[in-house]
Amino acid sequence: MNFDFSDDQKQLRDQARKFLAEKCSPKAVRVVLDGKAPYDRELWKGLAEMGFLGVAIPEEFGGAGAGHLELCVIAEEMGRANAPVPFSSTVYLAAEALLIAGSEAQKKKWLPAIASGEAIGTLALFEGKGNPAPKNVNLTAANGLLNGVKKPVADGAIADFAVVAARTGSSGRDSDVSLFLVDLKAGGVEVKSLTNLDPTRGQAEIIFKDAKAEPLGAAGEGWSILTQVLDRAAVLCAFEQVGGSDRALEMGRDYALDRIAFGRQIGSFQAVKHMLADMYVSATLARSNSYYGAWALSTNAAELPEAAAAARISATQAFQHCAKNNIQVHGGMGFTWEFDCHMYYRRANAMALGLGSLTYWEDQLIDRMRKKNAA
Amino acid sequence: MNFDDTPQEAEFRATARAWIGANAPKQYEEELRKSSLGRTVLKNANILEVAKAWQKKKADAGWACLHWPREYGGRGSSPIERVIWSQEEGPFGQLSRMFIIGHGMCGPTMMAFAREEHKRTYLPPLASGEKVWCQLFSEPAGGSDVAGLRTRAEKDGDDWVINGQKIWTSGAHYSDYGILLTRTDPTVPKHKGLTMFFLDMKSPGVEVRPIKQASGASDFNEVYFTNVRIPDHQRLGEVGDGWNVSLTTLMNERSAIGAAVSTGFPELFEYCSSLMLDDGPAIEDRAVRSKLANWAVKASGLKYTSMRAISALSKGERPGPENSIGKLVAGSMIQDVATYALDLQGANGVVSGEDGELAGRFQAMLLRAPGTRVEGGTDEIMRNIIAERVLGLPGDIRVDKDVPFNKIPTKGRN
Repeated sequence: MNFDFSDDQKQLRDQARKFLAEKCSPKAVRVVLDGKAPYDRELWKGLAEMGFLGVAIPEEFGGAGAGHLELCVIAEEMGRANAPVPFSSTVYLAAEALLIAGSEAQKKKWLPAIASGEAIGTLALFEGKGNPAPKNVNLTAANGLLNGVKKPVADGAIADFAVVAARTGSSGRDSDVSLFLVDLKAGGVEVKSLTNLDPTRGQAEIIFKDAKAEPLGAAGEGWSILTQVLDRAAVLCAFEQVGGSDRALEMGRDYALDRIAFGRQIGSFQAVKHMLADMYVSATLARSNSYYGAWALSTNAAELPEAAAAARISATQAFQHCAKNNIQVHGGMGFTWEFDCHMYYRRANAMALGLGSLTYWEDQLIDRMRKKNAA
Repeated sequence: MNFDDTPQEAEFRATARAWIGANAPKQYEEELRKSSLGRTVLKNANILEVAKAWQKKKADAGWACLHWPREYGGRGSSPIERVIWSQEEGPFGQLSRMFIIGHGMCGPTMMAFAREEHKRTYLPPLASGEKVWCQLFSEPAGGSDVAGLRTRAEKDGDDWVINGQKIWTSGAHYSDYGILLTRTDPTVPKHKGLTMFFLDMKSPGVEVRPIKQASGASDFNEVYFTNVRIPDHQRLGEVGDGWNVSLTTLMNERSAIGAAVSTGFPELFEYCSSLMLDDGPAIEDRAVRSKLANWAVKASGLKYTSMRAISALSKGERPGPENSIGKLVAGSMIQDVATYALDLQGANGVVSGEDGELAGRFQAMLLRAPGTRVEGGTDEIMRNIIAERVLGLPGDIRVDKDVPFNKIPTKGRN
C-alpha cells in the first residue's frame, strides 16, 4: 500500500511552496486585498512559466501532461499562500470542463491558452441564491445565443471565457441543462464586479444579452458534465483548504509561542493548547479525506463522487475551524486589518460556498453513500 | 498513490487469509461482527475460553504476537505484516481484547527491561494466551498524573515488600501476572522515586476487587497489596528509574497502528437506513442527513489517517504523529452518536437491554462511552500530547516538579 504522494510529487510540492513563498508573500496578497489590482498578474505569469497552470493538461494541448495528483500538491500550496489569482476558476473548473466535454477544436483553442497564462476561464453556474440544482438554472439558450444573468461568477470580471450552464428544456429533468462556451470578450456580455467576502478572489455578475455561445458537450448532458466538474473541483479545492488550514494552524501556533501574557507564553495555557490541538485534529482529518479524494480523482475510480463529497465537507470544516480559531488565539491583534489572520478567515468562508454550500454537499454525500450501499 | 499490496505483502496476506479461513472459530463470526462498544458477548459460550483457545491455536501455528521475536513466542514479522494480519483476522480480532494489555504493553516492557531467562520463561506463554497479564499503574491518587502514585515498595533482604492500592486495572480478575509501578523513595521529587516490577498475581497479599462501572458492567478492578513480597530479580529497570520504564509501556499503549477505533458510525448509518420516523424514512430527513454526513467524514478521516500510517509502515518508515488523533476523535464521537441514536428513538430510547431497540445496542454504547474518553489517556491528556509533541507547544507548568514527593499536598481543600 502506498496511500501517499510519491517522492517526485512531494518534490513538486516543495518547489511550489518555495516559489510561492518568494512570489506570493502576504504583502503581495495585500495588493489585491486592498483593491489595487484585480489579481496578481505577475504571479499568474510566473505560475504559467513554472508549468503549474497546465500541470494536468495533456502535452498535446500545451500542458505538462502530469496528472491530477500533481495538481493536488500545487493546489495545497496555492491555499497555503492564499494566492490572489484565478487558479481555481481557470484550472479546476474551466479546464476540467474542457477536458471532460470539450471538442478537439475547443480544447485546442483554450487549453494551450490556459497553460500559457494567456486565458482566464471560469464557470458561470449560479443565478443568485441557492445551491447547484437543474431547477436553479434559468438562463436560456436558443439559436446559439444566451440570455440571462449569472451571479456570483468567481473571477468573472477578469475571465476571458466562461463555461455557462443554460436551460435548454423544460421536462423537469436533469437533461434540461446544457453547457456552453462563451468568449467573454466577444460582445453581448455585461460584467459587473461584486463586493465579496474575499477580495483576493473577485466575484462578478454577468449579464448575457444575445451572447454568442457554442455548445460544450452534447445537448442535455450539461448537468451530468457539471456534476463531474464539481466533483473534481471539490477534491482540488479541498487541497487548497487543507493548505490554508495548515497555514492558519501554524500562524496560531507561532503566535502562541511568541506571545507572553500573565508572565508566560500563551501557548502554555491549556485553553490555548487544546484549541490548537483541536485545529490539528480537524486539519488531519481533512488531509486524510482529501488524500482519498486525490486517489479517486487520479484513478477515475467509481468512488470519486463519495470521496469528493467527503473531502469537500471535511476540508471546508477544517479551514473554517482553523481560520476562526487562529484569530481567537491572536486575540485583539487577530481582529486587525494589519494582521494576516482575516485573509484566511475570508478565504475559508468564501471557499465554503463557492462550489455549493455544506448543506448541499452533506446531501450529496448521503445520497452517494446510499447509492453505494444499494449497489 | 494506491492501495495495492507489494508482491511480498500480497503473498503474506494470502497465507494469513488461508490459515484464518481454515482455522478461525467461524461459529462465532456473526456475533463478533455484530459486537459494538459496550457489548461484546457470545450467547452460548464463555468468551474468555473462546479467546484463549483461538490465541493458543494461533500461537501453535506461529501467528501470535507477530512482531515479537521468535524466541519469545512471536513470528519476527515486520510492522506492516502485523497490520495485514489484523485486517485479515477481522472480527476474530475482537477475541484478542483480553490480551491487548499483555501483548501491547507488558510484553514490550518485559522485552526491554527483564532478564534474559525471565523473557524466555514468561513471554512465550504470554504470547500464546496461556498466561494473561495486566498493568498496575493507575491509583486513586494518580490517574492522568500517574507519577503521583503512592503504592510503596520497601526493600527487605532480597525481596521488596509492597503495600498500597491500584485501580482501573483491566482484567486483573483473570490475570496471572502483572507489571507494577511503585514508589520506592518518597523523599525525592515524584518522577525520581519510582521503581517497576513484575509479579505473580497469585502472590499472597494480592486482593482483586472488581469495580462496578457507571455502565453496570465490570471490566476493571481495584487491586490491594498487603505485605506482598516480590524478589528483587523481578525488578524491571533500575531502582528509581520506574518512570522511564513506564514510558516504554505507555508509548506502546498509544502506538497501536491500524487498530480499528470504534466510532459507532457504521452502526448508526445502518440504523438510519431502515429507521422510519413519524414523517418518513430517517435517511431522507434533512436534519438526520446533516448529522450523518458530519460523522461520516470523521469516520472516513480516521480510516484514511490510519491508511497513511500503514503506508509509512509499508515503506519501512515511522508513521507520523497524525495517528495520535484516533482515540480523541473516536471517543467523543461514539458518545455523541449513541446519544443521537437514542434521540431518534424518542421516548422509547430510554428502554435498554433486550427490551430496547436493537436489543439495546445504542443504550449499551451510550453507557460505556464515558469510559473511552478516560481510559488510556483522557481527552485532555491526548490534547496535551498533540499540543506538546506534535505542535511543539510548552509543557504544562508543574508546580510539584522539584518538590519531594512527601511534601506535595494531598488534599484540594479542607
